Amino acid sequence: MTIQELRQEIERLIPSGESAAASRVLAELWAQDSSASSASFVVARFEQLREKLNLRPYRLAILRSYTVEPMIPLLRAAAFIAGIDLTVQLSEFNAYVQEIVDPESLLYKFNPDAVILATQTRDLAPELWRDYSRMSAEQVQSSSSQITKDFRSWVRRFRTHTQAHLILHNFEQPGIPNRGLLDDQSNDSQRSAIEQINRELSSLAAETVGVYVLDYDALVARHGRLQWHDERKWLTMRLPMTAQNTHHLMKEWLRFLHPLTGKVAKALVVDLDNTLWGGVIGEDGMDGIKLSGEYPGAAYQELQGALLDLYQRGILLAICSKNNPDDAQEALRNHPGMLLEPKHFAALRINWIDKAQNLRDIAKELNIGVDALAFLDDNPIEREQVRSQLSEVCVIELPSDPMTFARIVRESPVFERLTLSAEDQQRGEYYQAQRERDELEQTITSREDFYRSLQQEAEIAPLTKGTLARVSQLANKTNQFNLTTRRYTEAQLMEMTSSGNAHCFSLRVKDRFGDNGLVGVAITRQAESVCEIDTLLMSCRVIGRTVETAFLSFLADQARKHGATRLEGWFLPTKKNAPAKDFYPSHGFAMVKEDATGSLWSKDLKADSCPCPEWVRLTVLNGDAQ
Amino acid sequence: MTPPAFERIRSIAADVLQVPAGQITLDSSTETLGNWDSVHHLNLILALEQEFDTQFDPEEIDKMTSMERIVEVVGRKVPPS
Repeated sequence: MTIQELRQEIERLIPSGESAAASRVLAELWAQDSSASSASFVVARFEQLREKLNLRPYRLAILRSYTVEPMIPLLRAAAFIAGIDLTVQLSEFNAYVQEIVDPESLLYKFNPDAVILATQTRDLAPELWRDYSRMSAEQVQSSSSQITKDFRSWVRRFRTHTQAHLILHNFEQPGIPNRGLLDDQSNDSQRSAIEQINRELSSLAAETVGVYVLDYDALVARHGRLQWHDERKWLTMRLPMTAQNTHHLMKEWLRFLHPLTGKVAKALVVDLDNTLWGGVIGEDGMDGIKLSGEYPGAAYQELQGALLDLYQRGILLAICSKNNPDDAQEALRNHPGMLLEPKHFAALRINWIDKAQNLRDIAKELNIGVDALAFLDDNPIEREQVRSQLSEVCVIELPSDPMTFARIVRESPVFERLTLSAEDQQRGEYYQAQRERDELEQTITSREDFYRSLQQEAEIAPLTKGTLARVSQLANKTNQFNLTTRRYTEAQLMEMTSSGNAHCFSLRVKDRFGDNGLVGVAITRQAESVCEIDTLLMSCRVIGRTVETAFLSFLADQARKHGATRLEGWFLPTKKNAPAKDFYPSHGFAMVKEDATGSLWSKDLKADSCPCPEWVRLTVLNGDAQ
Repeated sequence: MTPPAFERIRSIAADVLQVPAGQITLDSSTETLGNWDSVHHLNLILALEQEFDTQFDPEEIDKMTSMERIVEVVGRKVPPS
């Protein structure tokens, strides 16, 4: 359909109440035309639809030293397409310091989920940008250290007033250094002074929970330093970049919004023929497929390299291919050009069944929702079939040229992560061990024998700085075995536990097949004789093996030690947490009340001991330290 | 008779200013369209620069405050296709 036809189709669908269809056509329109005028159209239509779609509301404040107004409709349109209903507040020009420092400022009144500090070198460090050749080494040093000192103090003030995420633009290098070629002939170059500031900002982000750096310098460099700026608009309207580049900055912001709002893919399902290698293995054979360091096989090796990077980031890889399993397995195992190995894939569907069905099966096998899948396939017909039957799957659009595949995967924002836990890096291995566990389960007849044979160890520890990233990640991503689905940021968790209002525990599970990693979180609050379970969640990969009972027995013990006589907890049903529905009744809790949000359950700790299953060895690290 | 680029410009203005295209004529200006404030003006200019693949000078941008003047400036910068 042409752009005009798509628009007409949208105008027809909205009044007839076909909201989901309208939102799909809007996505198609945006894919074809992401111009500024199209953005206004898309935003206005989503504003009519927002009540009927399941969008994630998100509040973003932008503190800035230059004009960003034209980026806002672009950003809101792109966010709507990604399922995010974005409310944006802009600060006054150059008012960022007051906004951060004043607890009564509009920034804090707005109650943002995230804040972007969009500044540039020529505003914050005009001397380093413009006067470098006239500055002494001491002056450079004092300028640079003043800037990093300022940033540190702003971040500290910011954190005392809000738990919001903070994204800092780093400092851009000039297109041509003030000293020309001379700049790079010494170790006190303008370039190194600005690099030094950027390194300091990255350290600040590494040290501070919920603070991130947006590499503005790299963004400008990627699109060409000399192509980035529009000096006339800068001088007349304080807009430093050309119309085209407003889109690039918007996309960079969007890359942060995906992980911040949880709009990410947990697994990428890939096709084989003409995707992981060139040609068709069933026809061309091992010697015929294109996969090597040379052209044209190098394009496919590049893609495999990009997929390995995703694997290291904790994104699961799976295969869905129409092939004879023996042919495909032979290539996966033995082709000399393969960078990926069988162990990198958490699930395989090599068969002739339709791909939508295979994707459903893969999601089930990996214990994740279909909406956590991304799909990569060179064949537009397969992509269309998946898109039409499983609209929740993130289908990655690929052009016909394989040389572009790796870059498209690397640019896809659904694979972005802002923090990385040890679990993320080992996730692929956990799933491989899970396959072995499943095989064991099939050979053992009694459930208890199976539990015993697993030799499970549950290790429980209070929240520490080292486990914070993973605990917050679980709190924000776990949908299925999650009794209350309350989301907490890292900063909120720190605040809650350090103030003593709540206790937060993490659960690590090991068994004979390996370490499952940190897979469970519980948050409790005690008021006199009642201990309330605020949050209890577990990764689905350990559910059904009785460690949840072990975790509960620990919570009961802990409550008893602190003088509680009752243990209580809400079950708040969502679309996805049915696996947790029977948890309280099946552990001897009685329902106290029920309302529109859910049901409250209670257990008498004096009458009921709540034992740990004998086949789970429970270890408590500093259990009473809090 | 309307100038050749008028339709293209009008549909962009309708999107950016969030006004039905039918309400926009050659006489429409910052005076007659309430939505056409300074922020929308900048957005409109950038949308036009993208659509016609050109860059306007500050002097031109200041002048482009009515549909008639926009059509005139665009007509001068962009040869009719």
